[in-house]
Amino acid sequence: MLTEFGKVLIFIFLAIIFVALAFIVNRLIRPARPTREKVLTYECGENPIGSPWIKFNVRFYVVALIFLLFDVEITLLIPWALVYKEYGVYGFIVGFLFLFILMLGMLYEWRKGDLDWVKPEVKPKDLKTVMEEFEKEYGKI
Amino acid sequence: MTLEQITFIILALIGLTSALMLIIQKNPVYSVLLLILHFFALAGFYLLLNAQFIAVLQILVYAGAIMVLFVFVIMLLNLSNEEALKDPFNLRKIIASIFGVVLILQFGVFFFIKAKDDLNVTISPNSIEAGSIKKISEVLFSTYLIPFEVTSFILLVGIIAAIVLAKRKFE
Amino acid sequence: MEQQTFLNILPILIVSTTTIATIFVEAFYKRSDNLIYWLSIVSLILTLIYSILTINVQNLNFSNTLHSGGITNLFYFVLSLTSLLVIISARDYLLRAKYHHGEFYILIFSSLLGMMLMASSRDLILTFLGLELMSLSFYVLAGYNRKVLFNNEASLKYFLLGAFASGFLLYGIALIYGSAQTTNILLIVNEFNNLLLKPLFVLGLVLLLIGFSFKVASVPFHMWVPDVYEGSPTVVSALMSTAGKTAAFAALIISFYGSTTSQVNFEIVAKIISYLAIASMLIGSITAIAQTNLKRMLAYSSIAHAGYMLIGIASANKLGMSGVIFYLIVYSFMNVASFILISLMENDFEKRISLNDFIGLANTHPWYAAIMALMMFALSGLPPFGGFFGKYYVFLAAIKADLTYLAVIGVISSVISAYFYLRVVVYMYFRTNEERKDIFHTSADNFVLVLCTLFVLQLGITPNLVLDLITRFLP
Repeated sequence: MLTEFGKVLIFIFLAIIFVALAFIVNRLIRPARPTREKVLTYECGENPIGSPWIKFNVRFYVVALIFLLFDVEITLLIPWALVYKEYGVYGFIVGFLFLFILMLGMLYEWRKGDLDWVKPEVKPKDLKTVMEEFEKEYGKI
Repeated sequence: MTLEQITFIILALIGLTSALMLIIQKNPVYSVLLLILHFFALAGFYLLLNAQFIAVLQILVYAGAIMVLFVFVIMLLNLSNEEALKDPFNLRKIIASIFGVVLILQFGVFFFIKAKDDLNVTISPNSIEAGSIKKISEVLFSTYLIPFEVTSFILLVGIIAAIVLAKRKFE
Repeated sequence: MEQQTFLNILPILIVSTTTIATIFVEAFYKRSDNLIYWLSIVSLILTLIYSILTINVQNLNFSNTLHSGGITNLFYFVLSLTSLLVIISARDYLLRAKYHHGEFYILIFSSLLGMMLMASSRDLILTFLGLELMSLSFYVLAGYNRKVLFNNEASLKYFLLGAFASGFLLYGIALIYGSAQTTNILLIVNEFNNLLLKPLFVLGLVLLLIGFSFKVASVPFHMWVPDVYEGSPTVVSALMSTAGKTAAFAALIISFYGSTTSQVNFEIVAKIISYLAIASMLIGSITAIAQTNLKRMLAYSSIAHAGYMLIGIASANKLGMSGVIFYLIVYSFMNVASFILISLMENDFEKRISLNDFIGLANTHPWYAAIMALMMFALSGLPPFGGFFGKYYVFLAAIKADLTYLAVIGVISSVISAYFYLRVVVYMYFRTNEERKDIFHTSADNFVLVLCTLFVLQLGITPNLVLDLITRFLP
């Protein structure tokens, strides 16, 4: 006997098989004539510059970490959202406490300035240095 | 063979292959992608065991959020030079692998010979209902009310820990 | 929530409210350090008073998951007193390290909340969550001073190994749930004999034991202890080695308390625990001899002490259990005092305090030398200090439970450990050095040290009072 999940599963398998089949058939009947341009990494038509391994800023990591924590919070709130009507005021208080404690973390982070995106400070150059650089590159004006 | 068994075998194959490929793979980004595949196979197992909520949680938290972290860590560590990461295979590792094999054998003996009767459980028909989100929430807000609230404290400490440890300008 | 439940869990509520309040204060006030310091002291004193006042009202709350009153309140008292002592003396240390921030108090309070939950929980899930809350806070506290490289190392090592141990613990709980169909400790104890026939339950129990022995720092799960205690800020080590150990032992005592009734078949588990105890005692005290770094020496001594305490649990009788709790109380005071004395000598935080720093301390600072000597005597278990009676009770319990060999090994390892404890005294009193060491003491530190000394002396002179109190509240 199939449960509802079983039907979904069959659907998923069919989807996977369909896509895989398309790829395999494609591979079998297509002509393969690689040239340098064809195998190059696609970067909007430009020639790729440098390695794709760039060091990410640590700030991204902190944001990702906080995203993870709130993601876990969401999964714990799913059961709450489903039944909180039945529990009335009690359910409201329970969920409120949970959310309040987590919002506190959010508030703390906000107040501490960890959500501010500190940009690297670019000082505008004054005219003299701009002129010097220009002369260096293209000779005296 | 029933449909369940067929599904189990397919999922087990996907899960094991992806796990094996994950550690053989040289490129860490490929490893991460294979890990996502592995997590999906695990979610399939949970569904087979009638634990729907856990399956959803697995995909949301693990395949979603934790993988984001993994990708960030890999990009943060800048692992482009794989040769530098190579570890020589020394005596310590040989001993460790011997112990590991012995442990696996012991587990095998334990689960397939000693604890055979314990594991031989049939899934009762009302377990579908037991794994539903509604049942979980009923337990969560009666018996496990305090653990539920403590979880929020753990998450709070997690946020504060992230701020304390990753802070640039502490002064 | 009924009014009675509210009153029962008030100590936990006070601590959690203070955690929230400290976060608010830290978020909204620029110069918040002092305000938070006083706020935390006041709330800890409130917790102390309340848990002593309501010690006679025993209750089970929230469908038998949370115990209150009796032995739980006794644990609350010990845990919050240790935290109070550490917080009082930590302020000057952190000011000296130029790292005095509100986050320190937030993390101490969240770890205290976790420890209190561990001590009061009667459900394995809650125990696990409490343990995680405590450990998470400790991981961060260990690496609190980020500028010092040792701190980062300690934090990372502690985190990696601690996460591994938590995995063992959780797997054990899962297997226990699988075979017992419940996570409630009281229900599991009732069915213990039947469950022991199931191999899965035994495996779960062993994994649970592995997780706990990591947290109490017993051999062979002790690898992290020396590095973490050495690397963390000294005040944090003081808290980890005392309150952390107390909480882990509290959870262990609660989990295995059913063994004190005669109908429970505890022999297999008792055997495993006694092996752990023997290994911890011997390896801890023998390795400590080789240490010249004081914090490492105390770390190995902490491993040995975990061994002595495990004897009490292995002997599985009432005297053993109350002996362990008595031991934990004494040990908390002894270790807090020793770590604080070490922290007073630290100025350059990259440098470690070694035995040579103690040379001639008796001439320059006779009072501190006297307190240190007293703590060393007490740690080695010489009468008439509190440490002696801690050991005496657990050895007596072992003899009563026909585990005489454990008591014998315990005495032997105490003799071995006397060597390195007394060596500190010898360095302080019988060696002289022209160089004058600075001790950065303030009245707050002196207050804590005097308090610890008085407690250790009192526990040594009238141990029966405290032991009777503990025995009365053990059900």
